[in-house]
Amino acid sequence: MAEKIEITDEMQAAVGIESDPWPYEVTTTSVRAFARGVGYTDRVYFDVKAARAAGYRSLPCPPTYLGTPVFIPGESNDTFSGPRNSGPGVKHGLKNVLDGGTETEYLADICAGDTLTVTSKVADLAIRESKTTGQMLIVTNETTFTNQDGVVVAKQRGQGLFY
Amino acid sequence: MPLTYDGFKEGDAIPELEKSPGVTQLVKYAAGGGDFNPLHHDFAFPQSKALGSIIVHGRFKYAALGELVSNWLDHGGRIQKLACQYRGMDLPERTMTLGGTVKRKWEENGQKLAELELYAKNEEGKNTTPGSAIVRLDG
Repeated sequence: MAEKIEITDEMQAAVGIESDPWPYEVTTTSVRAFARGVGYTDRVYFDVKAARAAGYRSLPCPPTYLGTPVFIPGESNDTFSGPRNSGPGVKHGLKNVLDGGTETEYLADICAGDTLTVTSKVADLAIRESKTTGQMLIVTNETTFTNQDGVVVAKQRGQGLFY
Repeated sequence: MPLTYDGFKEGDAIPELEKSPGVTQLVKYAAGGGDFNPLHHDFAFPQSKALGSIIVHGRFKYAALGELVSNWLDHGGRIQKLACQYRGMDLPERTMTLGGTVKRKWEENGQKLAELELYAKNEEGKNTTPGSAIVRLDG
């Protein structure tokens, strides 16, 4: 347990720096795989005809799905499949991490056939007192998803709790 | 039937969705979502051993809240925002009950909107994954 956490100038300097862009492809197969993983029975996420009848261009992304991580051996994270070096990290030296939560804002439909470009950044650093773990460093990451037409289709904010 | 703005009122409950993801379901989720953290499929993984079990992906519960809202809308609109917090661990094979209520509905700049309060309760009735959503109705 950290006695006292300090947000240093070096840590603060990492805030707001956008990562290199990464491609995320959305395909009928990847949408079906995700929908099956969640356990959907709604045909709109599996059957292109049903999707079109419901007013979509092709299979729509189910909520919380934001593209298949493009896995490339040596370049991607073997556990989480995303890019290994997605921007500057915050060097805090804290060992324990909890997932605090996720928020996604959807600005336009994302459908199979779209190719998204993703960038991420550390949006905010804060310190919070916790009864069980003492001080925690709250790192808020913001990820932006842009489609092939240059339209920002989604923004996601996630909080990592380090202690 | 796609949901319409006149088809619900403030305070209405969203029809509950029950899920009991077992190991096979979590493996399907790992493959579909790309999260291969062994804590969610490997009982021999040190962190699983320490906890006594593998645990359900937080993101699976987030996705399940998405399924709940998607089922309710039945494509009569779109989710504009979906958020949740991970407050407790869920174990495989246990039933989680997802649901929510309509907190507010309003019209703004010609858009028909509703705000939802969501939950994912475990078998003891504890809400491990409180969430919220804003949806836009087409009609």
